[in-house]
Amino acid sequence: MNALVVAPVVVPLLTLLIGIVLRPRHGYVKVVSVIGAGLLVLTGGILVVLAGDDVPLAAQLGGWQAPYGISVVIDRLSAAMVAITGVIGLATVVYGLVREGNPDVLRNFHLFVHGLLAGVCGAFITADVFNLYVWFEVLLIGSFALIALGGGRRRLAGTMTYLVLNLLATLVFLLSAGLIYSATGTLNMGELGLIFRSGEAPPAATLAVAMMLLSFAIKAALFPVFGWLPASYHVAWTPVSALFAGLLTKVGVYALIRLVTLMWPEYGAVHEILLWVACATMLVGVLGAAAQNEVRRILSFHIVSQVGYMILGLALASPLAIAGAVFYLIHHIIVKANLFFVGGLAARLTGSERLAAMGGLYARTPWLAILFAVPALSLAGIPPLSGFWAKLVLVKASLAGGFWWAAGVALLTGIFTLLSMSKIWNETFLKAHPGGEAAIRPLLGVRCAWGTIGVLALMTVVIGLGAGPVMEYAIAAAGQLADPQLHFRAITHPEGT
Amino acid sequence: MEFLIASAVGMMTMAGIYLVLRGHTFPVVLGLALLSYAVNVFLFAMGRLAIGQQPVIDAAATGYTDPLPQALVLTAIVISFGMTAVIVVMALRAYLESERDTVDLGEEEPPGGGAQQ
Repeated sequence: MNALVVAPVVVPLLTLLIGIVLRPRHGYVKVVSVIGAGLLVLTGGILVVLAGDDVPLAAQLGGWQAPYGISVVIDRLSAAMVAITGVIGLATVVYGLVREGNPDVLRNFHLFVHGLLAGVCGAFITADVFNLYVWFEVLLIGSFALIALGGGRRRLAGTMTYLVLNLLATLVFLLSAGLIYSATGTLNMGELGLIFRSGEAPPAATLAVAMMLLSFAIKAALFPVFGWLPASYHVAWTPVSALFAGLLTKVGVYALIRLVTLMWPEYGAVHEILLWVACATMLVGVLGAAAQNEVRRILSFHIVSQVGYMILGLALASPLAIAGAVFYLIHHIIVKANLFFVGGLAARLTGSERLAAMGGLYARTPWLAILFAVPALSLAGIPPLSGFWAKLVLVKASLAGGFWWAAGVALLTGIFTLLSMSKIWNETFLKAHPGGEAAIRPLLGVRCAWGTIGVLALMTVVIGLGAGPVMEYAIAAAGQLADPQLHFRAITHPEGT
Repeated sequence: MEFLIASAVGMMTMAGIYLVLRGHTFPVVLGLALLSYAVNVFLFAMGRLAIGQQPVIDAAATGYTDPLPQALVLTAIVISFGMTAVIVVMALRAYLESERDTVDLGEEEPPGGGAQQ
């Protein structure tokens, strides 16, 4: 059982090691990379099935007893996140199988992706604050290498912004972890949750957690600390930016959901602040997108506004709202990564990423247009796609909590999102290419990209049509989140459960 | 001793923040390194400061100091050292490719509109 609990970290790390050993043989590295990502999907699937039980899976690393050793706890939310990480990881490496470009860069891409996946999965399964810091650093190192991959002046400019601001956020996190230990004597999330719920948390601990929430807010790109995201995501290679768009900010969102639900079960001051932040994030993100004229820049600003929805669910603090946030997380990761994939493919075909220089794709490849429309409409929340259900639950939860203005902001953001998506649709697909029909490059060597986009779009439709089971899972996950006792018992009495 | 450590952390943070806000990459790299030193020393002090006490159980020991922050800070030092190496490489690469040493290299459109797919 222990081996399975740590498998989300071990699988990508082993893949990375085997990949490094096989480095001289590019073909083998690609095969190993795809197999490794496939195994991660499998691990996630098994964990989702096993986590269906009410008691989370847990393991103690190094044989030290909780709360002294490092604990790994996988509840429904963690299992779902690992599974979805596997899916996006697989999609990314498959999209990255292209033949063009420097072969060394293409190979390194596969290696770094698995390093990043190890960090992301580690952050999803750990139950220890300091260990979370370590995984953040692991995923940061992987992401630094990935975002700069291929080099070039414009890319390196974005990299520096990304690098400096993310490092600062991580340092704030480390500082707050030290403060938390000094104030409470523990770094175990379950135990911290119990201390905070008992109402006996010392003021220094509250200050420390506030700092920690700030660092997660930077990672999750919340208002007003989102500036690094639209300044850096659009410079990376397409599969890299899709991977980042899908996963990285969501690690911050996940950490926020984890800590806030453990420490403050009832609506309170923290939720009040988060509610305002969520509304501001939604509006500023979507308005920022309206001012952009490059595909991936528009999409980057939409990441910001979409993160606002998830934080809205967290801030409302009712079981339904948290279930909505979890559902939104699952839906959003797939949709957003897919939009970046499609955007990248469209830019590759038209030869530009600026809307003014694109066009004519509907006439040339109607299928690509349809595959753009599915995630784009889902993002805006058009029924029956997955985004509709995610937004419906959040709006319903806002109204049930009496926050009609938050529901209004959510709906308004949806309308602006639709506007933005139709802007991309008109400019990229509908209008004629300014360079004429001949300027559109032929569709060669992109079969793997088509597969990726198609499967992800299919998943969006399936989650939309089969929203019932996914929502039930999200509600069960939210129920688990509301009970830290369960979380803590899984760590301290792994045998007696 | 507490005063000394606290002022050391304060000085390093101050210098670090000043350097991070500069426009050139070299000071920014130094600033990040200084900030991570400050955080590391702070982390170390979180186990309370004690002189001549042992962190490991020993029959002859008269008292103990908290070993956990020492273990944490060891991890953090290794990680921050690795991070500094990564930033130095990135900064060098950015300098060599753009012939400029500023953090904000500007957003000039490359030919082809940045479609490096």
